[in-house]
Amino acid sequence: MNGEIIVNVCMGTGGIAAGAEMVMKAFEEEFASAGVENATVQSRCKLHKVGCRGFCAKDVLVDISVGGEVSTYQFIQPEMVKRLVKEHVIGQKPIKEWMAGEDYHVFHDNQTKIILHDLGKINPESIDDYLSVDGYTAARKALTTMTPEEVIVTVKNSGLRGRGGGGFPTGLKWSLCAANEADQRYVICNADEGDPGAFMDRSVVEGNPHAVVEGMIITAYAIGATLGYVYIRAEYPLAVHRLRIALDQAREKGFLGKNLFGGTFDFDIKIKLGAGAFVCGEETALIASIEGERGMPRAKPPFPANKGLWGKPTIINNVETLANVPPIISKGAEWFASYGSEKSKGTKVIALTGKIRNTGLIEIPMGMPLNDIIFKIGGGIEGDKLFKAVQTGGPSGGCIPQQYIDLPVDYEGLKSVGSMMGSGGMVVLDETDCMVNIAKFFLTFTQEESCGKCVPCRIGTKRLLEILTRITEGNGRKGDIELLQELAEDVRDSSLCGLGMSAPNPVISTIKYFRHEYEAHINQKKCPAKVCNKLLTFFIRPDQCVGCGMCAKACSVKAISGELKQPHAIDNSLCIKCGSCYDVCKFNAVIKD
Amino acid sequence: MINLTIDDKKIEAPDGATVLEAARLARIDIPTLCHDPRMKPFGACRLCIVEIGGLPRPVTSCTTPATEGMVVVTTNSKLERLRKTTVELLLSDHPNDCMVCIQAGQCSLQELAYRYGLRENRFKGAVRQHNRVDNNPFIMREQDKCVLCGLCVRVCDEVEGVAAIGFANRGFESDICPPFKKDLDCEFCGQCVAVCPTGALSGKMWAGQPRLEQTRSTETTCTYCGCGCNLTLHTHADKVVRVTSRPDNHNRGWLCVKGRFGYEFIASPERLTTPLIRRQKGGPLEPAGWDETLDLVASRLTAIRDQHGADAVAGLASARCTNEENYLFQKMFRAGIGTNNVDHCARY
Amino acid sequence: METQMEEVLEGIYQKTVAHGDNIITVLQEIQNAFGYVQEESVNWFSARTSIPASKFYGVITFYSQFHLTPRGKNIITVCSGTVCHVKGASRIISRIREDLKLGEDKATTKDMLFTLESVNCVGACSIAPVVVINEKVYGKMNPEKIAKTVKTYKE
Repeated sequence: MNGEIIVNVCMGTGGIAAGAEMVMKAFEEEFASAGVENATVQSRCKLHKVGCRGFCAKDVLVDISVGGEVSTYQFIQPEMVKRLVKEHVIGQKPIKEWMAGEDYHVFHDNQTKIILHDLGKINPESIDDYLSVDGYTAARKALTTMTPEEVIVTVKNSGLRGRGGGGFPTGLKWSLCAANEADQRYVICNADEGDPGAFMDRSVVEGNPHAVVEGMIITAYAIGATLGYVYIRAEYPLAVHRLRIALDQAREKGFLGKNLFGGTFDFDIKIKLGAGAFVCGEETALIASIEGERGMPRAKPPFPANKGLWGKPTIINNVETLANVPPIISKGAEWFASYGSEKSKGTKVIALTGKIRNTGLIEIPMGMPLNDIIFKIGGGIEGDKLFKAVQTGGPSGGCIPQQYIDLPVDYEGLKSVGSMMGSGGMVVLDETDCMVNIAKFFLTFTQEESCGKCVPCRIGTKRLLEILTRITEGNGRKGDIELLQELAEDVRDSSLCGLGMSAPNPVISTIKYFRHEYEAHINQKKCPAKVCNKLLTFFIRPDQCVGCGMCAKACSVKAISGELKQPHAIDNSLCIKCGSCYDVCKFNAVIKD
Repeated sequence: MINLTIDDKKIEAPDGATVLEAARLARIDIPTLCHDPRMKPFGACRLCIVEIGGLPRPVTSCTTPATEGMVVVTTNSKLERLRKTTVELLLSDHPNDCMVCIQAGQCSLQELAYRYGLRENRFKGAVRQHNRVDNNPFIMREQDKCVLCGLCVRVCDEVEGVAAIGFANRGFESDICPPFKKDLDCEFCGQCVAVCPTGALSGKMWAGQPRLEQTRSTETTCTYCGCGCNLTLHTHADKVVRVTSRPDNHNRGWLCVKGRFGYEFIASPERLTTPLIRRQKGGPLEPAGWDETLDLVASRLTAIRDQHGADAVAGLASARCTNEENYLFQKMFRAGIGTNNVDHCARY
Repeated sequence: METQMEEVLEGIYQKTVAHGDNIITVLQEIQNAFGYVQEESVNWFSARTSIPASKFYGVITFYSQFHLTPRGKNIITVCSGTVCHVKGASRIISRIREDLKLGEDKATTKDMLFTLESVNCVGACSIAPVVVINEKVYGKMNPEKIAKTVKTYKE
């Protein structure tokens, strides 16, 4: 190993969007022209594509490792590669000013990585890379040395709970499924990550698909399934591509197909592409979708573990849950249970985004206080604005205000303040975000995604949205807050599936913690965060306006007048408050109040 | 048998029964809109919700199997509040033109609105615009009155095996329509009309005729085929204005297009009401009495048999006759005339 | 129906239904082959498989991935996830609409060059706001940047 040179280029969706493919190509070209053909470099220089390491905001990230010493570079663009190769790879002198700074290390050092451990280190398209980090040893161990019952007991003892949102104990779910008499059982990996603001499943499948495959093999063995499905969003083409490669490689090695690991157990995996329906993240809707139907949920009970796909006992686990299984089998239940809090064991992968300095994918031990996540790992609020709230759990979750900043992040903690873990999305909001608008945003989403089967969700979410819309447009009425609360509770309590049950959460939690913002909209017809355009008045500061005329051009109702190079003015009797002038002004001369 | 408690009543229900079935056996009223015992439970209307001991939230009784020792509450202020909100939401997206609606008096939604006293609506808002006219001869589709209970879709799929209509779109804009929103193109059995709880589906020929409440019912048997489906003829001023069938009959209330919509012949002036005899070759058919007619038929049949032998005569029976009539018919040919030349139109 | 189209459909049939795949997969393949799902291909498949056309229609209109009308040469997908929303996705959408002269309820330009869509979340929140054009992901967009980017697809 000594003297070996390895260049890792981050090739997740974030990396590719930032130009990783071109960076990769630049490295190839530089290596060629700098004499990779020449044995001294070629024999010991390797160029790898690796999955996302979580810090997509700094892409393209490149690791250059010389003789085991790793330097991480951030914001690398193709034109910078020439110098990197010349100075660092060949000259062995790292370029300090391009290297990732303190925040990169703070971001990573405060995390605990089980799921993300190998992301960003191994090439997700190479099974040999996965094998080199002890990949498939857990599956081999389970299938060759353990009985299915022993596997279930191990998972039960580990305290692993479903990472898709519900938090149901995974081992218990497996044992319920295994207890059914059946000629066939199925295991389904739920990779239909639909929460806006969540991308952990995408990153894990893109960065380490074999871990998910291995988790599915172990699950299948434990419950006695011979066929598995990965239900994955078609909007994730890279993840699908890498998963297909992983399945082919696993089949080639005899880890999938007939007689796995030389034993008597058969198991194979099929990929089913989602077709764009959020509700299919719900177990019974997902099953309907795999069966080729409209993704309309079915009533539970019977639960899928008893009667699922094609009426057979079925285990549906989320990507992250399954990726937790191999390390639990390898290192044991006690090891896993040593992480996390009392009732929530292990770690949680979180998509930390929004108005925060260090956005990205992180993994924390369950129970870490919100404060540490946002202000340590996340580096605090972007642009020195004030923290207002953090939205967790996506459209099913709630908004947590400043007063709970010390809250431990685990299933129980988040639930106690009216939010939920969900799949682990965390969107940080600052003082410029309007909470009524946020509630409206989520209701717009859930009402569009409602399958339409049950009445409370189909019509109830529509009515909730209508009331929120009139509040943000200045037409809120006295009693609207109470009406919202009543309807939200009724929709929550009488809807058929998880979507309808949790759709009102954003409304309930924002009213609970930010009632004054609702009141300001309704009573004073003001939006305190200055987001709801219809409640604002636009005007132009004469001292800032240079008279460029951009605003007048952008105004669709000709409400802005003024001579060129002279300060302009807005006629408020004509203004429809669309905000176009505010968006186009480059001199901050348009003010809204 | 399963023993359970519903509203403090000890109840014995057969194995496999749902909570709703168990409750109905014990004559406990639970409102429903999307349930029909003849089809698979759907769980969409959320009106049959009940509280079950040990479960954290209300569940639909139509989909939940009854289990031993279960304790069920079908009504309390919480459940009634949820039901009332559900009905109110449905009404907020409904034309509420009961005054001119054909289903008034028979409408489940109207009944629920009355039950919960919903005069005002807290949730007034956008309503679906699905009131397109469907060009077909039999079925009136007023989809803006549809509550999306799915009974029509399910009867067409589960009972008829046709699936001429299906759910389309999703969320608030969900609707039920034939593929590509075309006009209905099926056999028009009208089963969908029969199960619709509101005025969203009705018979075109029923429009403007007296509503069911204004009619007299007469139980009878369909004459179209040997199935002998039970019918209820609804008459007004001695005219049949609608035909229905009761679900407790052997045909479980299911009818075909002929039985349901083919009743206009009853009052047709072209209908035969007496036998007709052509007394002269080339002459007109003239009305005759039964005695004269039967005497004529008997004498002609006897004459032909005597002159040409029994096998010169053959009989063809009708599928519209009852089994008993067909039995007598073949008996007459075999024993009376003495030939085996007897057959039945259903064999062709 | 043209024989050529029928051959394509038969090919899809052999690739999917013959292997036990469901109608969602069938429709995905039809859309890959033709860019959208035509009524006649549904009727062809319905006759070939004896699956009622209403089931196909129900599935097509349920999943946002399926389209019943032809789409533009370039598909611009604006992410409307939470993070993109708070970082100004709606301003990006209105800028694209303005540049492409797309009316409020129109998705495809008259010259069939562009179709504008929004998607719930592409899961690239770290580089929000995100726009995907065809399959290429553009991160950290703003109205000016997207206008320039879209322009490059006009040739």
